Amino acid sequence: MKFRRWTVLVCVITMLSMFVIGISGISAASDKMKVGFIYSSPVGDMGWAYEHNRGRLHLVEKLPYVETVYVENVPESSDAERVLTQLAEAGCKVIFACSFGYMDFVHAVATRYPDVIFMHNTGFKTAENVGIYFGRIYQARYLTGMIAGEMTESDLIGYVAAMPIPEVVRGINAFALGVRSVNPKAKVKVVWTNTWYDPAREKDAAKSLIEAGCDIIAQHQNSPAAQQAAGEAGVYGIGYNTDMRQFAPDAVLTNPVWNWGPFYVDCVEAVRNGTWKSPYDYWGGVEDAVVDVGPYGPMVPEDIKELVIKKKSEIAQGEFRVFEGPIKDNKGVERVAPGQVMTDQELLSFDWFVEGVEGTLN
Amino acid sequence: MLGTTVTRGKEKAAQGRTWKIRVEKRLEAPAWWNAVVPMISITLALLFGAIFLKMTGYSPIKVYTIMFKDTFGTRYGITETLVKASPLLLSAVGVSIAFRMQLWNIGAEGQIYVGALAASWVALTFTDLPAYIMIPAMMIAAAFAGGLWAFLGSAPRAIWGVNEIITTLMLNYIAIFCVEYFVYGPWRDPLSFLFPLSPVFPKSAWLPCFGNTRIHLGLVFGIVAALAVGLLLSRTKWGYEIRVIGENPDAARYSGMSISRNIILVMLLSGAISGIAGMCEVSGIIHRLQAQVSAGYGYTAIIVAWLAKLHPIGIIIVSFLFGGLLVAGYSVQIYGIPADIATMLQGSLLFFVLGVEALARYRIRIIRSSPEPAHHATPGVARKIT
Repeated sequence: MKFRRWTVLVCVITMLSMFVIGISGISAASDKMKVGFIYSSPVGDMGWAYEHNRGRLHLVEKLPYVETVYVENVPESSDAERVLTQLAEAGCKVIFACSFGYMDFVHAVATRYPDVIFMHNTGFKTAENVGIYFGRIYQARYLTGMIAGEMTESDLIGYVAAMPIPEVVRGINAFALGVRSVNPKAKVKVVWTNTWYDPAREKDAAKSLIEAGCDIIAQHQNSPAAQQAAGEAGVYGIGYNTDMRQFAPDAVLTNPVWNWGPFYVDCVEAVRNGTWKSPYDYWGGVEDAVVDVGPYGPMVPEDIKELVIKKKSEIAQGEFRVFEGPIKDNKGVERVAPGQVMTDQELLSFDWFVEGVEGTLN
Repeated sequence: MLGTTVTRGKEKAAQGRTWKIRVEKRLEAPAWWNAVVPMISITLALLFGAIFLKMTGYSPIKVYTIMFKDTFGTRYGITETLVKASPLLLSAVGVSIAFRMQLWNIGAEGQIYVGALAASWVALTFTDLPAYIMIPAMMIAAAFAGGLWAFLGSAPRAIWGVNEIITTLMLNYIAIFCVEYFVYGPWRDPLSFLFPLSPVFPKSAWLPCFGNTRIHLGLVFGIVAALAVGLLLSRTKWGYEIRVIGENPDAARYSGMSISRNIILVMLLSGAISGIAGMCEVSGIIHRLQAQVSAGYGYTAIIVAWLAKLHPIGIIIVSFLFGGLLVAGYSVQIYGIPADIATMLQGSLLFFVLGVEALARYRIRIIRSSPEPAHHATPGVARKIT
């Protein structure tokens, strides 16, 4: 009997307290400018979201008037629209949506909050208050490809790739062109995982490439799992997004890396100063340092590093363009005539592999 | 553990009497118990969470306030909780009917995907249909596809006794790959720069929403499905058969019920309901087919169904609460609380609900006895486990 009365009491108290808490509400008053971020993987992914988050921290450090909030691991489904709405409701003046799959949801929410600037990462659709931003990571991939081409002994390089979309295809092609600029015999073998972030799948894909005879593993994935697989198998690897050497110190030669911080500062300042104008479309390259080639492992010889540094400055100066003809596709058909340079529009809808890539695009 | 008795004697010197605490299995739980147990569990989970939050440097009151406010405390919160609850409700109803027959349909996720795929096929192929034909046609296609997918999982069980947990689970991956094939291949929107998205459905294929919210007809479908399944199980002959087979397959077989036939039929129904859940996600929320249709709803639905003890009304309530819990997991982050804390709270809630549920099957009796035998009953010695 006593037991029963006790439980009823506890329940009543709990429900009452929940009710009181519910009506008391919370208030957070601040005169800082709020900036929101939404990531599709956890900020601890040590890759894509990690780098965007580093950019966010840089923003907070550089602009004292900015206050940021972020929501991580948000699926590219119905959740995205709610989280974007909540960020707008929470008073964010600028919201950075850091994954392609948020596109429709960004545009849906943007029409309801015309005073909020939405910045969609990797997208292609702009609107009155929706801008897009991305970096020419393919330039960095070309440079890392040169290193892979010099370092491979089996002349077979594996590439763990997320999804057969232009962004990834462009990266693979740039990498392969870089490889073959120094080693015309080498081939790049591609395996799709169809996911941005799934360490187990990424690792399995890397293992299958190593078994197929690849002695360097490059990747377009959010986690360092492929590099760990390379480290365990005793082959080299080329990371992505961030410096991945800590996860496989003996394997990682270098990484094409992101450096979003300065861009975030510029963009938020533009919004604050009223200089942000639609259509806003940012696609910076090595000249802006938004993309770069990351720290080198100790096994990369000095002369190769010098080669890469020289090529990087040529790209930055506009003296060298990655996708300048002649370029053949992997069936031997000439796609870009000598002297011709692929337009941004063509790069944004890349749907064929260059010569030297082994893989299929459905 | 059946028949376990733990007896402990403790001498109370002043009164010269001993108290015995006896733990024994309940034969039948009283009605009030079923209502009190979940509340105790939730209280314990919140208390546990509060200690954890305090230890990690967050104010439990503040975190709980935010969780409550953004899910059940504001109009927008409630509508979004209902949006999140809709697919959970439909697929939880779907799996619950199979679970009633002790048929472990783990394939709701895949059934959601093929349902979405079939509904998208209708929407993208017959673009000129008016809404009053389009929506029912999409539903029929989704139900058919979901049912077919469940049939593929259950037929080997019905015929050869193959474990349906494995078949239904594996079919989930195949379903997801099928959707990926179509969005990367034949249905890829030529205007989307080769991104894996189908074209947007014509407006006639959009499920109507209530007012300016995102709550769509799928919520109504879910409630209707829950009530219909409830009536089916409690009021019809088929429902009776399902329950008997679930409780005691041998008795069912002796009384002439066909187990194989019921496996197939129940799974068809179970899969059809989950298929409609998939259709509602693409038609009510996303408005196009994309590689990610469900945020794991098919798996969460299994938890929902069990927390509700497979009771249809319980499923409606638990879907709503769980929808809120999932929504809260994201909204607390806006206030600077890491997502892991929300996940931890979800986990501890499950742990306590299931744990208290298991313990509640036992009852504690306090027996006062005379001092004489108690002298021999010292702790440890008198413990008897049979």
